[in-house]
Amino acid sequence: MQLFKLFRKKTFPHGIHPEEYKAETNAKPTRRLPFAPEIIVPLSQSIGKPAKAIVFKGQQVTRGEIIAEADGFMSVPIHAPVTGSIKAIENVPGAKGGKQTAIIITTALSSGQSVMDSGLQQDYQSLSRKELIQAVKNTGIVGLGGAAFPTHVKMSIPDDRKIHTILINGCECEPFLTTDHRLMLEKIQQLILGIRIAMKCVDAPKAIIGVEDNKLDVLAAIQPYLPDDQSIRIEAVETKYPQGAEKMLAYSLLGVEIPSGGLPSEIGLAVFNVATLAEIGALLPTGRGLIERIITITGDDLEKSGNYLAPIGTSIRYLLDYAGFTGTEVELILGGPMMGISASSLDIPITKGTGGLLVLDKRASEADDISPCIKCSQCLQACPINLNPSELGLLAAARKYDVMEESYHLNDCFECGACSYVCPSNIPLVQHFRIAKTLNRERHLQNG
Amino acid sequence: MAKSSLKIDLRTSPYIRKAHSVPQIMRNVVYALLPLAAYAIYQFGISALALLCTTVLASMATEALFNYLSHKKQTLNNYSAVVTGLLLGMTLPAGFPLWMGGVASFTAIALGKTLFGGLGFNVFNPALVGRAFIQAAFPVSITTWTPALASNRFIEFIPSSLAIPFMKPLATADWSAQVTIDGFTGATPLALMKFQGIFTDSYDLFLGTVSGSTGETSSLLILVCGLYLMWRKMLDWRIPAAVLFGTALTASFFYYLDPSQYPSPTFMLFSGGLMFAAVFMASDMVASPVTPLGIFVFGCLVGFLTVIIRLFGGLTEAVMYAILFANAATPLIESYTQPRIFGARKKAQEKS
Repeated sequence: MQLFKLFRKKTFPHGIHPEEYKAETNAKPTRRLPFAPEIIVPLSQSIGKPAKAIVFKGQQVTRGEIIAEADGFMSVPIHAPVTGSIKAIENVPGAKGGKQTAIIITTALSSGQSVMDSGLQQDYQSLSRKELIQAVKNTGIVGLGGAAFPTHVKMSIPDDRKIHTILINGCECEPFLTTDHRLMLEKIQQLILGIRIAMKCVDAPKAIIGVEDNKLDVLAAIQPYLPDDQSIRIEAVETKYPQGAEKMLAYSLLGVEIPSGGLPSEIGLAVFNVATLAEIGALLPTGRGLIERIITITGDDLEKSGNYLAPIGTSIRYLLDYAGFTGTEVELILGGPMMGISASSLDIPITKGTGGLLVLDKRASEADDISPCIKCSQCLQACPINLNPSELGLLAAARKYDVMEESYHLNDCFECGACSYVCPSNIPLVQHFRIAKTLNRERHLQNG
Repeated sequence: MAKSSLKIDLRTSPYIRKAHSVPQIMRNVVYALLPLAAYAIYQFGISALALLCTTVLASMATEALFNYLSHKKQTLNNYSAVVTGLLLGMTLPAGFPLWMGGVASFTAIALGKTLFGGLGFNVFNPALVGRAFIQAAFPVSITTWTPALASNRFIEFIPSSLAIPFMKPLATADWSAQVTIDGFTGATPLALMKFQGIFTDSYDLFLGTVSGSTGETSSLLILVCGLYLMWRKMLDWRIPAAVLFGTALTASFFYYLDPSQYPSPTFMLFSGGLMFAAVFMASDMVASPVTPLGIFVFGCLVGFLTVIIRLFGGLTEAVMYAILFANAATPLIESYTQPRIFGARKKAQEKS
């Protein structure tokens, strides 16, 4: 049995193997993107409460300066991505449709754009856990893997829970995206420091970095930096979608199941994205804030696809221009092709959680007609958490949203999209489930 | 500059998909059935060809008619009517009167499919609904088998094929006796087993050099065609496997109870329409369960019922009723076999 395990890849049951398309960008080193003439900084860039603007129209701001402060525990501050003047604080098109409030900064062209010195020198070893978590919050860091959950909240583990291991997610299981891949080659020291900080924040003795086995160069590159005492390890897991989901990663690496509806801390785990920890390692020692991030610009109709270090608030329009975009009719996706958001306007800016700008033209799946479910059971074999998407889809069509939740575990769905990916009838299953969840939430609110 | 004329398409995730479409799947099932049809025509000649053409065309016409009457979009291009027609034709004796074949197709599509709302909503396998109907309506014709490999099969119809509608078909006994080559009889292996206690050699059954329904004789060919579909991932291998498992298990039980009275499991597996039904009929996705455990239970139920009816029922062929019964039980099976979700808690499990 032990021998059998030796040859078995670390993985989870079900899931899908989409075409990766990563070779187009994963060998290109990260390059710095110039500053756009205008930067749009939404006040809500994470799950939780939007930040509160503390600047006024016409005010001069320096790159790295706090322009909006955290509003309560579930909120993080926002720092100026550029030196310039505040043009306006107004409603702009939001990525998820509708409007969002944003601070618009006109970039000062004459400025050298050097980052404001916070005057802080923070050594994580001399800070207490509480101080350290506050310092994480001050950097304005949120989960950079896409979920944008405030990291300091995740680190605030209740006293009655003991974390034995932190898992660092370097899977990057979304096709096309390669930011984490580049980061794990280019920012190793910051990553290791970030891991140590996170270990201290949650008081965990062990850390495991999980990387999909399509990035074996990362394993070789990181290995020399790891401590001899095995407190931080790196492990390869099978390249399979959605390997990067925290439930899947925990199962692949440790063979444990995060309980339905529960948090990883319930079984002594904390899960962070590699990019999040690398940024903490880079920013926290000098007390700076998160003002830029790596983004993969990739897909069809681009002359210069690649990984770019872009100021937060750069518009899609500017990114496309810079990457030599030539298309006329496309889908613009913020994030990856499985879970990203379809952007409706070129004026939408990238935010802290945006890991990719994907342009799909010829590779976009064709909008075939939807035909009835033929109960082929492909979706059941794709669903990583063993739901019955076929039945859920039929219930959604019948608008039995309450049954979906009560008898078919709708709320366990984390919308990875594997079921829609394999559906021969082209049923937009995930979309059905999103709508069902939203309506259920409204219903629960109404019923108190 | 990104052009102002740029057209941005809005959709919801996921933006990439990789799936065989429903028409693609159905088309490939047709491809997989064609070798079987060819072998049937080789065995039974122009009568088989005419019968298969009749059932396919009648199925398509019925589907088109009902779509037209209910003002629905035509669904012929998804090939499911072709599949139903072919499947139905394959389960009929080669000399089956063509007009009855037409009636069977009409019933299959009308009662088995469109009545429930078309593809995806049928509770039963439509082809089997059609066959069950004519089994009751024309009990004689559907059990009148003619010998395979008759010498004049490519130039002459089996007399019963061209029966005039609503008239009694010509008797085929004389014709059969006239064309029979040594060693071939009209009686199917199952009938021989049931009424005369003769067990046909499993090897002949496997290769299909026996009498039987049009497309059901060669287990080997059926398996090869099924493997093609499984390789293309258009057929769920678990259903045929479970059916064969259930059959073998039940047959073994009786065989070891009394080998002189009951046939061996291999005979059960390779005789009659079992192989064809396991690979192409029971695996009808729409009318079978989707849950992993449900699929296993469904298959075993089909196998179990087939053996029981074959041994103790009044009919020689049983697999059709076994599948229809299991189809009916599918919602029940599914409701008891919902998969355990990832990270399920003890308490939650008790509740559901």
